[in-house]
Amino acid sequence: MIDMLSNLPDEVDVLVVGMGPGGSGAAKRCAELGLRVIGVEKRAEIGAPKRCGEAISRHGMTERIGIEPKGPWIVQEVHGAIVYAPNGTSIKVDYDGPEGWVVERKVFDKHLASLAAEAGARVIAKTEASGFRRENGRVKVTLKSGNESKEVTSKIIIAADGVESKVAREMGINTFNKLPDICAGVQYEMAGIKHTGNMIEFFFGNDTAPGGYIWIFPKGRGVANVGIGIRKPWAKKTALEYLDDFVQSRPELKDASIIEVNSGGVPVGGFLTDAVDDNLIVVGDAAHHVNPIHGGGIPEAYMAGRLAAETASEALKARDFSKGFLKRYDKAWNDQRGTRLKKILKLREVIETMSDDDLNWLAEYLKGDDLVEFSRGGSGLVKLGKILMKKPRLIKLARKLL
Amino acid sequence: MIKVDTDKCLRCGGCVGVCPVSALELTEHGIKCSGRCTSCKSCVNFCPVGALSIKDD
Repeated sequence: MIDMLSNLPDEVDVLVVGMGPGGSGAAKRCAELGLRVIGVEKRAEIGAPKRCGEAISRHGMTERIGIEPKGPWIVQEVHGAIVYAPNGTSIKVDYDGPEGWVVERKVFDKHLASLAAEAGARVIAKTEASGFRRENGRVKVTLKSGNESKEVTSKIIIAADGVESKVAREMGINTFNKLPDICAGVQYEMAGIKHTGNMIEFFFGNDTAPGGYIWIFPKGRGVANVGIGIRKPWAKKTALEYLDDFVQSRPELKDASIIEVNSGGVPVGGFLTDAVDDNLIVVGDAAHHVNPIHGGGIPEAYMAGRLAAETASEALKARDFSKGFLKRYDKAWNDQRGTRLKKILKLREVIETMSDDDLNWLAEYLKGDDLVEFSRGGSGLVKLGKILMKKPRLIKLARKLL
Repeated sequence: MIKVDTDKCLRCGGCVGVCPVSALELTEHGIKCSGRCTSCKSCVNFCPVGALSIKDD
């Protein structure tokens, strides 16, 4: 392999660690703003292995990520959703056109990384960053790729290294998740399924997926991601055991083939309110930038990356890389996305205390559009509160929402 | 300390995200547990595929 590290500059303005959507969003924006930026990814292939159901909403794609949904990374248009209550009652949301897409993450993530490279960022896979140390207002980092290593000095580090977020921890922010705040996820990509269609499906229930849900996201030609996210303390078995039980119970799935197996943790407990430190900005899963109801986080990460880059650019102009200055990133995130996500979290916290009977009862009162509102944190809080008021046992819960 | 069943582990790194003392690391060779481990079992309880257990010393 060519020695990629020796060609890198010794000094940069921003080093982005982790080239998922958050890292690519950050690296691209940094480059556009004229900053000298390197983006490193420790894995040999950006975007693989995925830890994701691969569905992105229209809002997420066109507004928060801000790209046209065109290209080989789109594998399926999504025209609606079907949500199943524990007793099988279904609520359907239908749209005339695509309201979302299922993407091929390994193609999509590489596309986002190449957009960053095109804008002028230096992107380098199979390269690990470690040994972060602050010196004279800068950060020294050791980059390692195979047998090669190189020391780079950066003014700002953008930590986009996912749920395990080693960088933030090394630099002083403990990003760990308490068990009720993280979904344990497993997913089979399955092939040979009849009728995958263009609807995404969600299955709820304390016996099916305690503290989370099971999803079937179609990828065309009889292929679909069939996955689960569950949480302790509600879960009594492993995520894999719940998923296997589900697959076995579904006639359309039990004889289908498995072409990929993935697992991962989804940080759904609410984002870090302190996502900066001296010379450090944390974005994406590392900062728990995830929608707490559906667990999606690609648009959130990409947007956070962009905001981090803009803060970095302002910091460079002011020559101030202190936590005090970088705090404006926390504020920007809160103003543009955080406040909404907090509302969604509140809603989730109400739903998660409901029994299967409560959920079945609730499903009778809800329409598809209500569910969309819930997942977006719109007017759903009040609407759900009003419905819960109808049942004496749930009045206490309702008051939390109203 | 944590024992990793390498036949089951998918190397997703989720366990690293639940370790309160940063004792776990996702390396090229899989999950590595350091001496900082307090055997709190967070990762054991979390693991989506049941690959982790407490190692008897």
